[in-house]
Amino acid sequence: MNLDKFSDPGLAKGLLGKIESLVRGDVALMEVCGTHTMAIASSGIRNLLPKPLKLLSGPGCPVCVTPTHEVDRAVAFARLPDVILTTFGDMLRVTGSESSLEQSKAEGAEVRVVYSPRDALALAREHPDKSIIFVGVGFETTSPTIAATVKEAREKGVANFFVQPAFKLVPEALRAILEMGRVKLAGFLCPGHVSTIIGSRPYEFIPRDYGQPCVIAGFEPVDILEAVAMLLEQIRSGKPRVEIQYRRTVRPEGNPQAVALMEEVFEPCDSEWRAIGMIPKTGLAFRKGFKAFDATERFPVTLPAPVDPPGCLCGEVMMGIHAPRECSLFGTGCTPAHPVGPCMVSSEGACAAWYKYGER
Amino acid sequence: MDPRPLKITLAHGSGGRMMQELIATLFRRAFDNPALNSLDDAAELAFPGTRLAFTTDSYVVTPLIFPGGDIGRLAVCGTLNDLAVKGARPLALSASFILEEGLETALLEKIVASMARAASEAGVSVVTGDTKVVEKGKADGMFITTSGVGEIPAGRNVSGSLARPGDAVLVNGPIAEHGIAVLNARMDFGLKGDLKSDCASLSGLVEALFGVTSKIHAMRDPTRGGVATTLNEIAGQSGVGIILEEARIPVRPEVKASCDLLGLDPLYVANEGKVLVVVDRDEAGAVLVSMKGCPLGEGAARIGEVVDKPRGVFLRTRIGGLRPLILLEGEQLPRIC
Amino acid sequence: MCLAVPGKIKKIEGRLAEVDFGGVTRESALDLLADAKVGDYILVHAGYAIQKLDEQEALETIKLLEEVYGSDPEGPEEPSP
Repeated sequence: MNLDKFSDPGLAKGLLGKIESLVRGDVALMEVCGTHTMAIASSGIRNLLPKPLKLLSGPGCPVCVTPTHEVDRAVAFARLPDVILTTFGDMLRVTGSESSLEQSKAEGAEVRVVYSPRDALALAREHPDKSIIFVGVGFETTSPTIAATVKEAREKGVANFFVQPAFKLVPEALRAILEMGRVKLAGFLCPGHVSTIIGSRPYEFIPRDYGQPCVIAGFEPVDILEAVAMLLEQIRSGKPRVEIQYRRTVRPEGNPQAVALMEEVFEPCDSEWRAIGMIPKTGLAFRKGFKAFDATERFPVTLPAPVDPPGCLCGEVMMGIHAPRECSLFGTGCTPAHPVGPCMVSSEGACAAWYKYGER
Repeated sequence: MDPRPLKITLAHGSGGRMMQELIATLFRRAFDNPALNSLDDAAELAFPGTRLAFTTDSYVVTPLIFPGGDIGRLAVCGTLNDLAVKGARPLALSASFILEEGLETALLEKIVASMARAASEAGVSVVTGDTKVVEKGKADGMFITTSGVGEIPAGRNVSGSLARPGDAVLVNGPIAEHGIAVLNARMDFGLKGDLKSDCASLSGLVEALFGVTSKIHAMRDPTRGGVATTLNEIAGQSGVGIILEEARIPVRPEVKASCDLLGLDPLYVANEGKVLVVVDRDEAGAVLVSMKGCPLGEGAARIGEVVDKPRGVFLRTRIGGLRPLILLEGEQLPRIC
Repeated sequence: MCLAVPGKIKKIEGRLAEVDFGGVTRESALDLLADAKVGDYILVHAGYAIQKLDEQEALETIKLLEEVYGSDPEGPEEPSP
């Protein structure tokens, strides 16, 4: 299948023209997903959009929102004897209170980057004398994959594979942002791949209870531009609803098999979002029948007292209340070289993206 | 002023900003001399009647043998390339080995034979060397350090500091081959396909280009950190801006697919058989034709131009946006987000 | 928050599919997409197939956009000889 047309300059130009014609005065849209932040930045869309249109980054960056104590916990796990700590590359450099996985690796801990949780399971089978702990970070696109790996581990009788559950759920986080009511938002660009799993129905409360338009967008430039145009059309028509722009992979019902797997292994729980605080029902915990895989239960560790960096506005930035440049630390005390808060640590965090892509 | 890190981390070896800072604040401060301070890949030394280029590199790659090459071939080609991009004709190489206790002799023999082959293909010899053995666990199999000496013919003035607004930026073929092949081999990511290092000596190709014109202002081989990092070095040294055209940058479909799967940007992935040539715009066409006529120039392309402003390196994206290509802190990591 | 890449299923053996991503293949697990078949285009995230790609929908999306906006009449600039 040739998807090149989704980067076609002619179509992009046409869509930009349409967007221009639909923008009347200041309008702020929130793009929820970290992968969208990256895609928007790397395609150079941001400075092609008309000035009154602002795209705010939301809290959809799993690295940014993983609380400090979970990072500290992963580091503590890595330092345990006979443990191989496995992780997606995204988490390697995130700093906790005192250290990061990369740093603990430099100090001799066994830390391995994997592409898939199944690779971590394979490691567990290769090293029966070690405990393999997988750092379970991600949203609804990722948690079903780990649920599947856990089930495969059970199927195969693997007793040395464990997961540190640090997953997050999107729809309730969006409710929290809307409830806070501190941002003047005109609509949401919803995460394309999370929606591939959960479908469009979980977002229906947004137009229904808050009157906000929602469009589920793909990640190519034409996808993002079409989605923005669709949001602006909804704003103009005054009829907010949930629309799917990413029709080639998102169905209203999502992927029920994936959802079922996720619900079989995990159940929603209250969860802490770094720099934001606790948001009810936005995390996942192992169900009783699968607690044997929970690294947090199996390996109790002492954690350092969590440190909250003063002056850091990450929480507000992630909720769309402030732009990165409105933080007094942005670009001075807080840079990609010396990040203070999580938005700068992750390469797709709002502040890192703004810094890298020149939006000072 | 960034505080001195207490410990060296892998990021300090990645070619990115942290490595540059370490070099500037620690090594250059101690060694401080004009030849070193020019920051080109080979130092230019004036000798009565001629100019010599002198360069050194260490090779620590794992695995020792990878699709498309091995640490020995990499060492020879890498050093030859550092001479070539200074416009120098290679004269001689040295090779020092640090071997890990327990290394299989047959493997060492295979790698040394590969080095001899690579050197002979380029018409040079390894004229001096050294061997040390360290205890098991201290050397990842083996480390190789090669140095090279070459002669810069009169009329050639190539340096990262000589790029001028209006110059064209050329590359001799598709990018990101080496980095992806080695990463896949080392990390066991399980990607199968035609992924192999482009490890090769560019001396012949560079000589052909100088046969066309002497107005080659800057050349560099985009090794660690990739094309984006290397062009940042040149833009910084020359005090100019460089704009690349995304649609013109050659990347093979297999390599692009691998980058997409791992979440890597090909512009920051290492190459070992590529050269970026910054040449006077009026000579660019002829130089490109000459490149395409060389065995290592298939797929050569004109990918960008040097401008006065804005300073720094930028990418004009397929849809017409302009995106800065900054120096990364350290090596790119595979990601799921 | 999610990198997922499209590929085509070449072979299936149990829960594993060999997926072609444009010249490069990798094994992907089908636990989340049990009814996937050889020849299907799928999206893969972290080594698992998460959904089928509907080629019809992709073509229709482009067709509709092209009807409204057309394609770039100028095309990319050709490099000067």
